[in-house]
Amino acid sequence: MIEEAVALSGILFAIGAIGALVRRNVIVVLMCIELMLNAVNLALVAFSRLWADATGQVFVMMVIVVAAAEVAVGLGIVIALFRNRESVNVEEVSLLKW
Amino acid sequence: MTEVVLKLLFIVLVVAGGMLPLITWIERKQSAVMQDRIGANRADLMGVTLLGLLHPAADVLKLFSKEDVVPEGANRLLHLLAPVIAFVPALLVLAVIPYGGAYRFGDTTLSLVVADVDWGMLFVFAAGSIATYGAVIAGWASNSNWGLLGSMRASAQMISYEVTMGLSLVGMFMVAGSLRLPEIAAFQDQSFRLLGFLLHMGFVEGETLPFHLDLLRLPMWGIFLQPLGFLLFLTCIMAENKRPPFDAPEGESELIAGYHMEYSGMRFGLFYTAEFLEVPVIGAIVATLFLGGWAIPFLSQETIIAFVAGGFGEGFATGLCLVLHVLCFLTKVAILIWLQMALRWTLPRFRYDQVMDLCWKMILPLSILNVFVTGAGILLVEGVIS
Amino acid sequence: MSEVLFYAFAAIAVAGALGMVLNLHNTVAAALSLVGTMVALGGLYVLLEAYLIGVLQILVYAGAIVVVFLFVVMLLNLRRDVFPAGRQWMTKGLALGISLVVLVRFLRLVPGSFGEPAALPEGFGGYREIGARLFTDYVLAFEVTSLLLLAAMVGAVILAKREPSEPDGDPRTPVSRSEAS
Repeated sequence: MIEEAVALSGILFAIGAIGALVRRNVIVVLMCIELMLNAVNLALVAFSRLWADATGQVFVMMVIVVAAAEVAVGLGIVIALFRNRESVNVEEVSLLKW
Repeated sequence: MTEVVLKLLFIVLVVAGGMLPLITWIERKQSAVMQDRIGANRADLMGVTLLGLLHPAADVLKLFSKEDVVPEGANRLLHLLAPVIAFVPALLVLAVIPYGGAYRFGDTTLSLVVADVDWGMLFVFAAGSIATYGAVIAGWASNSNWGLLGSMRASAQMISYEVTMGLSLVGMFMVAGSLRLPEIAAFQDQSFRLLGFLLHMGFVEGETLPFHLDLLRLPMWGIFLQPLGFLLFLTCIMAENKRPPFDAPEGESELIAGYHMEYSGMRFGLFYTAEFLEVPVIGAIVATLFLGGWAIPFLSQETIIAFVAGGFGEGFATGLCLVLHVLCFLTKVAILIWLQMALRWTLPRFRYDQVMDLCWKMILPLSILNVFVTGAGILLVEGVIS
Repeated sequence: MSEVLFYAFAAIAVAGALGMVLNLHNTVAAALSLVGTMVALGGLYVLLEAYLIGVLQILVYAGAIVVVFLFVVMLLNLRRDVFPAGRQWMTKGLALGISLVVLVRFLRLVPGSFGEPAALPEGFGGYREIGARLFTDYVLAFEVTSLLLLAAMVGAVILAKREPSEPDGDPRTPVSRSEAS
């Protein structure tokens, strides 16, 4: 079951990474990042089960907290962005691009 | 396996079969009494009205025979799913609530809880957080502005109160030392001496208190150990379930019916049932956590068994204990149901910004304060006893 | 039994993830697909004996984080998105290809690289053990996380706050949306 879980975590991470790369809606990009974090969590839990050591699960809790913080700030930025530009398209936010 | 099936059957019969229709009736009668009316008494079957007890049956017949309307432009699948998502979590919670203690009959032990899980209270929170989706999806999927406004209010309110609901319970978890609901209930099946500190601090000579001082006791219920926690939790869980006076997401005067405005027939019936199911579920959770669950005040399980077993035998005593405990639990739930009904018809609805202010500016600081005070209190009591 | 459940949850998780990435016309439905993935992952955690993490997954991810996403999507009322067009397909296609190649290499690496799982101690994955770890060995990390949360909270409030001078319902100057379509 552990091998399958690690493989699944790889698949989910790849789906998240691809989504973050090809989608242009900032909110969906943020959701894809959440998915990648979740994939990492799955791997951590699987390895924690493999070694019967709860350290991995402690780190999953840290990741969950970081994800929550990231969502709060990320969505705050999205709302501010939408107020200023009426759009959530990542490619329209390119003022700082060289 | 058969044991679990029997327990589930009991829950379904008592809650869904008995309590749900009764609660709609109580709600109507309560509002009638408080508004000086006679109340529901018109549904009659060949002249028999049974004090209006036939109304629930009439409700169900009406809801089943109504046309099932899906608004134009609605997302059909999600429109269909939303009432189910709103309904199921409330039922799920019933699985972890102990409606009696653990009883030994010979060498088998009967524990009156369906799923005795270690993280029982977290399960309640998780189920409640899933219930948010019912309201959110309902408003969005019905392609209606009022519905959307209602579901936005519901989502913000439910997330906010989930946070404070958890925090307001931390004190109780610290006192009881467990998240497992049967353990919390069993912990409350004892009493403490109000003046016990006199003994521990050496004001009274000897090993025991004088008899009349020893009688000054309180049951070890959450409401006595955590009065502030009880108030905060009751407020939070009512707001979390959008019960009045916190029902801004479905406020009739502003949003018509809020997130379930576009529902008719039995789909609306499911929302309606979910709302009424939440009343006994809230009652059961609060009773288990703060009112001692199945515990009879001042009469612990050992006391009853020791007292009765002498005359009638151990098996009879345990059985009697079981029946009394279940009845005691149901009584407490009934009192809490009545309390919710009385609150509903007493208090006017909070404005939406007041609901959010109450959560973040009043309850959150108070519940954090409660955690600190509880920690200090536990250290103090431990210091005095040792 | 647990094998069957594992594959069922895994299938739901992958389907939900794909549903989120591929759903272009409806951001709310994309977020709801993500909920499916989150709940399925909660089930997987329970199957991997991480009970507390499983419940927290449902409670925090499915119950709070995705609801916030939904809230923002509804607030902004977005319904449509398109895949990148024109020249961007070059870079994005390259990125997609590299991701897939790395994934395939990773998947070929996994089978047979782990031994048998170790025997579980009593109370593994419960809140007592994790809590004890969190407040002893990892207390510094715990404190730093709390600091991060505080910073995030302040940041979110500052970002989402309206300027006091800005009147409510101010008609904002519309920005060109031609690029979006």
